[in-house]
Amino acid sequence: MTENNGFGKQHDSSAGLRLKTGLAEMLKGGVIMDVMNVAQARIAEEAGAVAVMALERVPAMIRAEGGVARMASPRLIKEIMAACTIPVMAKARIGHFAEAQTLQSLGVDFIDESEVLTPADEQHHIDKHAFTTPFVCGAKNLGEALRRISEGAAMIRTKGEPGTGDVVHAVTHMRTIVREIKALTVLREDELYAAAKNLQAPYELVRMVAQSGKLPVPNFSAGGIATPADASLMMQLGAETIFVGSGIFMKEGGTPLDIEKSDDERKEAISRARAIVLATLHYDDPKIVAEASESVIGSMKGLAAAAIEEKNLMQTRGW
Amino acid sequence: MTPPSPAIGVLALQGAFEVHARRLAELGADAILVRKPGQLAALDALVIPGGESTTFLKHLERTGFYDVLNQFVHSKPAFGTCAGCILLAKEVTNPHQPSLGALDIAVERNAYGRQNDSTILTAETSLPGGSLEMVFIRAPRITRISNGIEVLAKRGDSPVLVRQGHILASTFHPELSDDPRVHQLFLDIVRSSTL
Repeated sequence: MTENNGFGKQHDSSAGLRLKTGLAEMLKGGVIMDVMNVAQARIAEEAGAVAVMALERVPAMIRAEGGVARMASPRLIKEIMAACTIPVMAKARIGHFAEAQTLQSLGVDFIDESEVLTPADEQHHIDKHAFTTPFVCGAKNLGEALRRISEGAAMIRTKGEPGTGDVVHAVTHMRTIVREIKALTVLREDELYAAAKNLQAPYELVRMVAQSGKLPVPNFSAGGIATPADASLMMQLGAETIFVGSGIFMKEGGTPLDIEKSDDERKEAISRARAIVLATLHYDDPKIVAEASESVIGSMKGLAAAAIEEKNLMQTRGW
Repeated sequence: MTPPSPAIGVLALQGAFEVHARRLAELGADAILVRKPGQLAALDALVIPGGESTTFLKHLERTGFYDVLNQFVHSKPAFGTCAGCILLAKEVTNPHQPSLGALDIAVERNAYGRQNDSTILTAETSLPGGSLEMVFIRAPRITRISNGIEVLAKRGDSPVLVRQGHILASTFHPELSDDPRVHQLFLDIVRSSTL
């Protein structure tokens, strides 16, 4: 399967996919944190993050500053890889397989083909089967999730609206995917063909979901998750792990906490990181979620997703 | 009358706990997911799954969980895979970190490289039934074993499946293969120690 990219070992597709989803299994029940430098990566690891996402600007900054958002600099990614023992992920633009090849050659543990960055291709997502590095992709509904899985994604994250601190769209899309999965499980065998047509997804994957009642790869949640209670909410709605982007290291708008110069702001970031990790583990114990919430100093101010014009939404990128 | 079946827990702080629980259920043992130290008292045995050992330690260091778990694995059967093996070891390197010391081995974390170096191998094992498929994911390497350790499988010169009395550990992920022999061995250890 992996003839066309010239990187790494050649896995047959089933062994390759098992290794990819195998790493996703290891990340379940945890928190993956966006980090922009080594100091933040250390705070994330120290707080108990299961992985970090290395990027140049978190979504809240991309939103505030505008411009073209691209893959992070290899120098930054290598520094962060050298500073942590936990897996390091990095983002490539939708369809930008050359950025993905670059990330694979750096040895990142997971590539996020992400709508947070400016899309590079308006028609085609990356052929993820052509890589040994596993991919995670965003999805708003079951059809989109299954299209990404058919392209080789080893993990799905339901999309929220990144960089807002507003969880509403993460909730909508998680509920949508869970509801669409349930709906498939009650169909007759001969109704699955039309279901595949309606979902615009491959019949074999639709049939697999109808039989098992779940996605064939782990399903994590991302986008707008900013508090311990947000993490608990998404886990209760069916997320298997939480991505936190701007919720830990940002104060308001596009301004990050100054964790290197200000001791207070450093403590604030640590308190948020620890609290979200604790609330994700004990998502079904409101007492512990309350304790975690109480331990948080400050919070990301956030931006109501409803106030964002349709054309400025990130979640509608990709199909 | 058949004796009551032993109560087996899977540490579910994070990681591959579901796959372990599913495998144990397939072998007729319903496992309890363990997230709090108070749950250990009712258990006869514990599986410590793969995941991130640093994350496990952060959770264990809160609320005295570490000490309770330490007592447990020194007296009752435990089976650690990957991060679980790291946690059970006597000594951990790359970097050094605290561990429970129930198994007299030294383990080097991420010893084979990153995810691109993860691999599936088949190798000989002393378990009955021929060679064993082994799924290695960002795997650690056992760099030292004491005399009391039984080596059940190797990758090259390094032991990858080891047993010391009531403790079983693997640096690979038997829960990600279809072969149930490693979990079956653990259930046999549990049954023989709870008779």
